[in-house]
Amino acid sequence: MVTFQFVPYQDVEGLTSAKRVNKLLNIVKDDRIVIIEGSLRKEEEADLIEITMEEINSRFRGIELSVIYPDKTKQDVMQKLRMLFANILLGDRQGLTIIGPASIVKRIEKDPDKIELFTKDGNSPRYRGKRKNK
Amino acid sequence: MVKTFFRNFFKKLNFNPFSKKNSVKLGLYGPPNGGKSTLANRVCMDWLGEEMSTVSHISHETREIKIKEQVTIKNKKGKELTFSLVDTPGIATRIDYEDFLKKGIKRTEAKKRAKEATKGVIDAIKWLDTMDFVVVVLDAAKDPYSQVNITIIGNLQARNIPVLIAANKVDLNKANIDAIKAAFPQYEVLGISAKYGKNIEDFYENLFKLAH
Repeated sequence: MVTFQFVPYQDVEGLTSAKRVNKLLNIVKDDRIVIIEGSLRKEEEADLIEITMEEINSRFRGIELSVIYPDKTKQDVMQKLRMLFANILLGDRQGLTIIGPASIVKRIEKDPDKIELFTKDGNSPRYRGKRKNK
Repeated sequence: MVKTFFRNFFKKLNFNPFSKKNSVKLGLYGPPNGGKSTLANRVCMDWLGEEMSTVSHISHETREIKIKEQVTIKNKKGKELTFSLVDTPGIATRIDYEDFLKKGIKRTEAKKRAKEATKGVIDAIKWLDTMDFVVVVLDAAKDPYSQVNITIIGNLQARNIPVLIAANKVDLNKANIDAIKAAFPQYEVLGISAKYGKNIEDFYENLFKLAH
């Protein structure tokens, strides 16, 4: 069974970058795939990779990460303006971020505004091993 | 973030109090096995007559930052460009020692290699701030929309670091430079084969454009 956890924007908006990244990583380390409303800042994506590398051990092998950003080139002036006001009032909720544990998520493909998430084969030795531990 | 702001501000004034360097740094960044070390070796062989890094088909062969100081290249007009060439470990979001076992590496060595690789990724990210310009080396035969590619290029953009994308391995049948151009339309994308030296003269010309 694969578990998804949705994290709404308001759950992370007040957090510092470090706390936000740690919160998300803790969910992933609990073998859940996290879907976040909005996208991380570029620097936060780099921080996420850095912290992930620090946390890697025999059980936690890393993450798969994918972010869908809104295509601003397809927006007209009014849409851009509306989005700007929405960002000021509600925060930057544009985009969608998916982070999953590498032990469960084989790969995430982006094409570029569609995300396909491939999980590991349930019959693979490692997957069976994980289930036994649960 | 504040540091980045001041860094960019002073960079515009050609003054950087955060810099501890004497020469400009050209960084080679990208995901594992894109050909960064092969390109570093090509540059060093062409201009210094010696290799810089070991290369392998097994990912994470480069697990620590490697620097070759005082590399001077010349363009067709006789202009010179001197830089320190920095070959960085491939940036990845996952490192599994079992992947190395599949490549025939023994368990103890595989675990050691994985641990070194994780440290290498951390170092590569930390070194981003010290780069003056960067060549992102991508495997032209692979999907360019990987999040690692997007994160690397996005972070360089956020730091105002000039970027050239080298679409490497154009000698392969599956190579698709247009896909890379479509993924990163705001950057110059140059198809090269670091292994066979294809388009390498154009690559050097582009380094001049990047540095000035």
